Amino acid sequence: MDYARPTELEEALLLLKQKPWTVLAGGTDFYPALGAGPLKQDVLDINGLPELAGITETDDHVVIGARTSWTEIMRHPLPPAFDMLKQAAREVGSIQIQNRGTVAGNLCNASPAADGMPPLLALDARVELRSADEGQRLVRLSEFVLGNRKTALRPGELVTAVHVPRHATAGRSSFVKLGARRYLIISIAMAAARIALEGERIVEAAVAVGSCSAVAQRIEGLEQALIGRYISNISELVVDYPLSELSPIDDVRGSAEYRRLGAREIVERALLQAAFTDAERGVAA
Amino acid sequence: MSGGSISLSFEVNGRPIVVETAPVQRLSALLRDKVGLTGTKVGCDAGDCGACSVLVDGEVVCACLVPASDVAGRRVRTVEGLSNGRLSALQQSFLRHGAAQCGICTPGLLVTASALLDENPAPSEAEVQDALGGVLCRCTGYRKIVQAVMNANRPVAVESGTIAPRAAVGASPIRLDGERKVTGREIFGADERPSDALSVLVVRSPFWHATFEIGDREAFIAAHPGIVGVFTAADIPGENRFGVIPPFADQPALAEGRARFRGEAVALIAGERDAIEALDPASFPIAWTELPYCLTTEEARTPGAKLVHEGRPDNILTQGLVESGVPEAGLARAKAIVEGSMETSYVEHAYIEPEAGYAMVDGDTLVIKACTQAPFMDRDDTAKVLGLPPEKVRIVPLATGGGFGSKLDVSLQPLIGLVALKTGRPAALVYSRGDSMRSTTKRHPARMQARIGADAQGRITGMIFEGDFNTGAYASWGPTVANRVPVHASGPYRTPNYRAVGRAIHTNGPISGAFRGFGVPQATIMQETLYDRLAGKLGMDRLEFRLVNALSDGDRTTCGQELHGVGIRQCLEQLRPHWERALADAESFNKESFKTRRGIGVASCWYGCGNTALPNPSTIRVGISRDGAVVLHQGAVDIGQGSNTVIAQICADASGLPLSAFTLLGGDTGITPDAGKTSASRQTFISGKAAEKAGRALRETILRFANVSDAAEISLEGTVLVIREGQAVRHVSLDNLPADAHGYAFSAEETYDPPTTALDGKGQGKPYAVYGYGAQIVELEVDMRLGTVRLLKITAAHDVGRAINPILAEGQIEGGIAQGIGLALMEEYVPGRTENLHDYLIPTIGDVPPIETILVEVPDPEGPFGAKGLGEHVLIPTAPAILNAIRHASGAEIEKVPATPSRVLAAIQAAGRKP
Repeated sequence: MDYARPTELEEALLLLKQKPWTVLAGGTDFYPALGAGPLKQDVLDINGLPELAGITETDDHVVIGARTSWTEIMRHPLPPAFDMLKQAAREVGSIQIQNRGTVAGNLCNASPAADGMPPLLALDARVELRSADEGQRLVRLSEFVLGNRKTALRPGELVTAVHVPRHATAGRSSFVKLGARRYLIISIAMAAARIALEGERIVEAAVAVGSCSAVAQRIEGLEQALIGRYISNISELVVDYPLSELSPIDDVRGSAEYRRLGAREIVERALLQAAFTDAERGVAA
Repeated sequence: MSGGSISLSFEVNGRPIVVETAPVQRLSALLRDKVGLTGTKVGCDAGDCGACSVLVDGEVVCACLVPASDVAGRRVRTVEGLSNGRLSALQQSFLRHGAAQCGICTPGLLVTASALLDENPAPSEAEVQDALGGVLCRCTGYRKIVQAVMNANRPVAVESGTIAPRAAVGASPIRLDGERKVTGREIFGADERPSDALSVLVVRSPFWHATFEIGDREAFIAAHPGIVGVFTAADIPGENRFGVIPPFADQPALAEGRARFRGEAVALIAGERDAIEALDPASFPIAWTELPYCLTTEEARTPGAKLVHEGRPDNILTQGLVESGVPEAGLARAKAIVEGSMETSYVEHAYIEPEAGYAMVDGDTLVIKACTQAPFMDRDDTAKVLGLPPEKVRIVPLATGGGFGSKLDVSLQPLIGLVALKTGRPAALVYSRGDSMRSTTKRHPARMQARIGADAQGRITGMIFEGDFNTGAYASWGPTVANRVPVHASGPYRTPNYRAVGRAIHTNGPISGAFRGFGVPQATIMQETLYDRLAGKLGMDRLEFRLVNALSDGDRTTCGQELHGVGIRQCLEQLRPHWERALADAESFNKESFKTRRGIGVASCWYGCGNTALPNPSTIRVGISRDGAVVLHQGAVDIGQGSNTVIAQICADASGLPLSAFTLLGGDTGITPDAGKTSASRQTFISGKAAEKAGRALRETILRFANVSDAAEISLEGTVLVIREGQAVRHVSLDNLPADAHGYAFSAEETYDPPTTALDGKGQGKPYAVYGYGAQIVELEVDMRLGTVRLLKITAAHDVGRAINPILAEGQIEGGIAQGIGLALMEEYVPGRTENLHDYLIPTIGDVPPIETILVEVPDPEGPFGAKGLGEHVLIPTAPAILNAIRHASGAEIEKVPATPSRVLAAIQAAGRKP
């Protein structure tokens, strides 16, 4: 097997053009997948690529480089619309994992329980992909993760960043994760909600639920129902909404029926927290 | 691991180093194997346990997830770098608070906490929990860790440090093996390996039930340079059957053509380390034929079900019965009767140290150095399998990173022993987390039913209990569970008319063996939840109901045994003010809260210490060497619970010598007599009693030599023994004395075997010489919409007879409670699905609430200094008290544990209580 640690992006893309590589960034999914067995794949270590580091802001996007760790997300000053992403970051494994694991890697791993998915869906995120032959393309996150462990990544492509468009960064946000213990949780269900208000009237809403379908889902019907209504209507609207976007399964963490009930409850809580957030409800910055 | 090799320069603990390594080598492996820093532990290789936590440029990471290439030019700090000539304030605080038990998680905790303290010298409890949430500990229950970190930088009153002679019992000296644990110097099973050792890879069955044929071994070896041998059942020189209870021994070290469970060892591949690490197990030539299997006791008991073992009809391994009075008649005259069923799950021990060790041939003796709870049992089983006389096998226990029952059974010992014998080279093996979980024992899943009746005054009139315990593919401790459960299923309550049946049923599931409580925790969940319903039916306060029935001195158990030194009543009475306060708190909280409801629960325990109605001796030797050392042959293996310290405290006070004079030798079967296994809460009682006798005998020998009375005081000044009686002082120069048979100037060796009797056909007799008692109150909140449970406080009153070491006793209680929390709320090992520490959940530092411990001391007439056992008692009340509190809060009647949010919410809905 081969190992490469390029120091320039072009070099990495040329290598990817030649043959399939397993990309190594934070290692928090790479090593558990490797287990006790020998290494069989060729490994492309992207930790030497400065282009992929850090968070930058352009006029119309917040750009999260592919090597950005969860800890960097928490520490970077961002508008309240990102609070849900920061709250999710604090719930990713442990501090040890947050210091290493990357946001982009979480998306590429394409687990139904990926903590980054609901908040990034609710931020209308796009995935930036690059290849030697086709240059750059941006894919909506909902079109990038296609199924359990399945993405739209093409041969030769590398995820280089996650873009959050400015138009999706209005309002306040919140994230709720449901699990059976306090730390080191793989969620039974999770919800991210972002709402923008005029007074107490909801003018924009984004809601996403994870771990209740093969890929986390935006709950667009509920979003439509919320727009134009008041924050005092949130509970009744959530109770009435069928949540047909979800297709939960029974597993060791919880029953499908439980996930339906729990998802509804945490969607409501996430929305209420976003609606009633104030400066005192601290979020790690 | 491969990918070429790079020359890597980085800094470790302030020291620049350069090593050759594969670039994607895990940093944990690099530090341990190449740099020799074995203080960094490996518990899972997946970031699930945090044991390998190190700092890279000041940031805490799991070293198992960091590629070596990523630390080039960076600063790495490990546990070995925390002390700079002297222990850091944090390390001292860990020792002072008793925050390290087995010590396997301690390095990761210390490193992680040091990063917190660097930024925040006086963290709050919540800050400590947030910082340490990624490091799992299975022993301590975390509370002492939280305190140790919070108080690390607080000034400490200077203590004299030494304990006066005859004052060790009842004091809480820092554990004698503590410093090794906080510095990373403790040597666990994976921390030592001869440089010429072969590595061993175990080929295991991927199927629950299958026959197999192994292909061309020679061709396989020839095709894989560095592989030196393949060994199968045909290579085993002795009797290929082991088992902790010899009459039931049924497990082959390597399966003979047929594997009965997923994870069963079928062949060994031995080779040079690099070759084994590079080997793809899928390349091993083996052909499997899957066979029908059963995983549950219902399937196994279905008429016509395929037998797991010929000669064990109906798949029943064994059945235990206790019957007294006339149970049906007792129930017939009850004012109120409750009836119910309860199901429990497989529970994994989840010690942070997977099994590890190595074997080597030393002259004509096979030496095995590995983690263990039972060195002499390991010796005898390994010798039997390998066809050696027991004295030609020497077991040298390395530090054991948690055991909880599973490391009583042999695991890798016969396997590495076979390779060492066959190849003549040392053979080393470290189980992966997956292999550990797949192949070693579990807590028995139980399906139980019971009926209990009481009269109008709340006195129990009768109880009938029946339980099927899934014992898996091989016997292990199944017979013990089947026999222990009926003795204990009444709880510590007068039960005049009683019948209890416990069955151990074979399936093709994981082997169920010993796990802290041997089935009693499961049975107590059944009994104590029914007690709450019975108290409710009678309109009685739940605590008072238990007091009405609590056993007292002179009462007889359901086995007809007359008890003395019974402390359950005192435990419940000590809890009464807490109970009343907690009930009032909950009531006032619930007046204003509907989505979140508070509930309070109580449950009791009793537990007989030592083997059930079988001999169970311990032998302890203590000597004074000719150079003035007091040497205690401490064979009661310390797996974290503290026997190294407790046995020494007892022996010190019995001998009259100061504890500080003692040096310990461990349970090496070559140099230390058999102190029995570390199980059944027997070490403080039985080995403690042997240590007491040995200490007294040593003292008497010296007094007789000096011709003085028992009023004399003995002390040591260098190599001179000083004996004072009144004004008279005698000096005995030890180096002038001849060495006795054990090489000492003076020595004593004593054996203690508790007085028990066999049980008759109805389970009548005296199964245990000593029982311990306890009761716990749980306060919690239930989220009525999500079914989640938040624990607020646990108050635990345990009758320990005499607290030899109160801090260690508290540590046992807190640790047992944490495991009880896991049993109640989250731990469910699903065979084939949860073979890791992220799908199998154990409590984290955020899941254990404040614990208030009340040590009750009702002396036992038999125990050393009045002491009783404690280790298993402590987890028994927790789960039923939690279920009782959930029911009190929400109306939910849980019939299967763990009470996951999913199950709790379903039970809330079934009770019609959803808000």
